[in-house]
Amino acid sequence: MTNIYLALTVMALTVYVIRVSPLLFLRKPIKNRWFRSFLYYVPYVTLSVMTFPAILTVTENPLCGLFALIVGVLISWFFGDLFAVSIACCITVFAAQFLL
Amino acid sequence: MKNGIPIMLGYFAVSFALGIAAKNVGMDAIQAGYMSITMLASAGEFAALNLIASTAGVIEAILTCLVVNLRYFLMSCSLSQKLDPKMKLRHLFLLAQFVTDELFGISIAVDGYLNPFYTYGAALVSAFGWTVGTVLGVIVGNILPLRVANAMGVAMYGMFLAIVIPPAKKDKFLGLVVVISMAASFIFTKLPLLRDISSGFRIIILTVLIAGIAACIKPIRDDLEKGGAK
Repeated sequence: MTNIYLALTVMALTVYVIRVSPLLFLRKPIKNRWFRSFLYYVPYVTLSVMTFPAILTVTENPLCGLFALIVGVLISWFFGDLFAVSIACCITVFAAQFLL
Repeated sequence: MKNGIPIMLGYFAVSFALGIAAKNVGMDAIQAGYMSITMLASAGEFAALNLIASTAGVIEAILTCLVVNLRYFLMSCSLSQKLDPKMKLRHLFLLAQFVTDELFGISIAVDGYLNPFYTYGAALVSAFGWTVGTVLGVIVGNILPLRVANAMGVAMYGMFLAIVIPPAKKDKFLGLVVVISMAASFIFTKLPLLRDISSGFRIIILTVLIAGIAACIKPIRDDLEKGGAK
């Protein structure tokens, strides 16, 4: 029990340090082009790696997740709205569970 | 505060799913609420749940937090250019907590130097929705039918796609990076030996590897800092 609070606090502090250190120590833009490029690619790679194949295991049937992935990519591609994409994926999985 | 309301609605749906996920790894409402209010991070909190579920070590937990939330580092770098150099230190410390995808988005969009109270207003509303959503997800999540709970579980992946896909549409190379990342992640969960790596380290290894190679092949153009400082 206390362990969970300890773990959460450690992680929250880590996240906070990530957020606060640039504000405190980086009043000038980063000069190194490779490092800036690296930072630019990081979030996209991380989120992609976390999304697939994990999205297939949302339900017992991987097809539900696959449909959600396809719908999510299409809606993101054409509309790009965060909220709309999330909801569309939810509805897809919900509907797919009845069909499959 | 007005700009915080649409953010709050979006947060509420996602954090509700987060609450359900927290419940699934055995957390109670107070623990989940504590997590949401202290971390205020979407992907970061889902990653945190994975770490708790897999009883990861401290080093792995910190490393994963670093990697998963590295985009906040980038956002803070960019936000630091929007702040009045004479800004009080206490505002820096408080603003840092509110560097999230959406709050960063509206904070960076204002003209001239950012007035910290603009961000605080939106943060107050949206952080409230975020935390309440998480707590309700834990409490009410289990009275939802399984099919509804499953459906809400996919919300965070939808959110990730919405962050990843639109920029990939404009930048074909970035699109390739996204596809390669997903393929590599898939391979890592299937191949013998590689599949024994925990998901936290899989994320770290693949991120450093793929983003590092991508930065070598196609460094970003040099006009980007103008975009951040405008």
